[in-house]
Amino acid sequence: MNKLVDKEIVAKKMPSRIIRNQVFKGLFFLSTLFGLLVLGVLFYRIITQGIGYLDLDFFQNFASRRPENAGIKAAIIGTIWLMVVVAPVSLILGVGTAIYLEEYAKKNKFTSFIKLNISNLAGVPSIVFGLLGLTIFVRALALERSVLAAGLTMSLLVLPVIIVASQEAIRSVSKELREASFAMGATKWQTVLKVVLPASIPGILTGGILALSRAIGETAPLIVIGIPMFVAFLPKTIMDTFTVLPMQIYNWTSRPQAEFQDVAAAGILVMLVLLILMNSIAVFIRNHFQKRY
Amino acid sequence: MPRGNDKEYSVQQMITEKRLKKKNHFNFEKIIPGLLLLTAVLSVLTTIGIVFTLIFETFIFFDRISIIEFFTNKKWYPFSATDASFGIMPLVVGTLKVTGIAAIVAVPIGLATAIYLSEYASEKARRIIKPILEVLAGIPTIVYGFFALTFVTPILKQLIPSLETFNALSPGIVVGIMITPMVASLSEDAMSSVPRSIREGAFALGATKLETTIKVILPAAVSGITASVVLALSRAIGETMIVSVAGGSTPNASFDVTSSIQTMTAYIVQVSTGDAGYQTTIYYSIYAVGMTLFLFTLFMNLFAQFITRKFKEEY
Repeated sequence: MNKLVDKEIVAKKMPSRIIRNQVFKGLFFLSTLFGLLVLGVLFYRIITQGIGYLDLDFFQNFASRRPENAGIKAAIIGTIWLMVVVAPVSLILGVGTAIYLEEYAKKNKFTSFIKLNISNLAGVPSIVFGLLGLTIFVRALALERSVLAAGLTMSLLVLPVIIVASQEAIRSVSKELREASFAMGATKWQTVLKVVLPASIPGILTGGILALSRAIGETAPLIVIGIPMFVAFLPKTIMDTFTVLPMQIYNWTSRPQAEFQDVAAAGILVMLVLLILMNSIAVFIRNHFQKRY
Repeated sequence: MPRGNDKEYSVQQMITEKRLKKKNHFNFEKIIPGLLLLTAVLSVLTTIGIVFTLIFETFIFFDRISIIEFFTNKKWYPFSATDASFGIMPLVVGTLKVTGIAAIVAVPIGLATAIYLSEYASEKARRIIKPILEVLAGIPTIVYGFFALTFVTPILKQLIPSLETFNALSPGIVVGIMITPMVASLSEDAMSSVPRSIREGAFALGATKLETTIKVILPAAVSGITASVVLALSRAIGETMIVSVAGGSTPNASFDVTSSIQTMTAYIVQVSTGDAGYQTTIYYSIYAVGMTLFLFTLFMNLFAQFITRKFKEEY
């Protein structure tokens, strides 16, 4: 009699198949651990290297040629200045685009072109945004190497992040809420402004904070624009030149003296703490204010 | 206008007033979509701006250096005072070396992580591991550059004594680490979207988890996985700070990974931090290099989108 399954062969092969499954499970798990391990080593290295230079002077001093006097004051204040430009510009443009695409845009070629364009913009290397900023903002609009020129360049760079996050947030607002608002006689814009936006604010804020933390860590576009790395003054207006944390860290990293590597580690520590703080706020907002409809 | 008992206030007037009000409202409702459209168009303008600035400045560059020399000359010595030569080949080779090493690191580790998270890990383990990988993806690249130069390079030097301080290997590995979370997370999405019923079908036939993964899940998710790898490699090509800090500034077209190199991005950084004057040939050369870089990444991104759309499996 012909058997569909030869039980003997199956039984003979089963142990090795099970072992192979277990071995590969272990391999997959080890690969997953690799990423976590690297993260651990990276933090450990930076903390042990940089902690020695972290004192009050480090926050109060400007850049210096001597490692023991080097400080991060100009870079921290500069980063805050940059955010003053990037936050409003990118949020207004990003949320506006998201509202348009989700609420107003008709399904036509032009809309899908805008969408395709945004997803491709997200894949453009940041250094190319630097070339755009250099040509348009620094040269053509003659903004020089100012906070404004850098901020506008950064805003364009993080725009896709905010647009996509806001789109998702707006899309997740249920249809019933909108219909209820229309049924009360509200116009489209009233519905968007007073129903849809308040309901999607947590998602938008989370995306906004993530986009801002990307802007804080970006170096390449600012290098291309020509933002200086050795600054011993603070900007007074958005037309003044300035420096930011990653630029200062790059400067310290590329110095030959070994002590400056430790100063760089201290600078990285400050930047990472700032970023972790921002990300925690984003996670907090996501977990506590996100209502499900 | 007074209301109530005032006889002057006729119904006719009320109607016109109401209509006027409505008209104002109507206008407002019409202005808003226009304003919003304007913000949406700005993203298109950004792309147009990028393309046009690159094209214009690159054309000026090609007026001075022929496009044939740019693509065929095998030497990139822009700073030489006597015989400057602009052949992009060494920069492209440098970029591809770093990207290749990054792929060797990121594809296996990223894929294995994705398989573990999607097929083996418990819900609890996934909830812990995924955010940690997100942290890894959110670390600024300058930090990775610092890590490559001060940690990875010294370790590699002990293994390979002939390794130079600046080399392709160390930044390549670190770029690979940087893009691993991207490969892992996008591939995991692709694998998780394979329906449960297909998995159960394989299990019912007596397949082990490994057999199900390799013979059923991976083939079903292959388009998403390919797209994730292509997108991650396009990130690697455009990566700037890691290669600027740890890769060096010696353009060479050899395939030796232990010696100092220069990538396209690192060249743009070198010129930007140096003192090349405005409107010199060197100044325009960064646009030609930027254009090459932009085209590389654009085609890879379009290719990734093409794969996802074309080979999207519908269940």
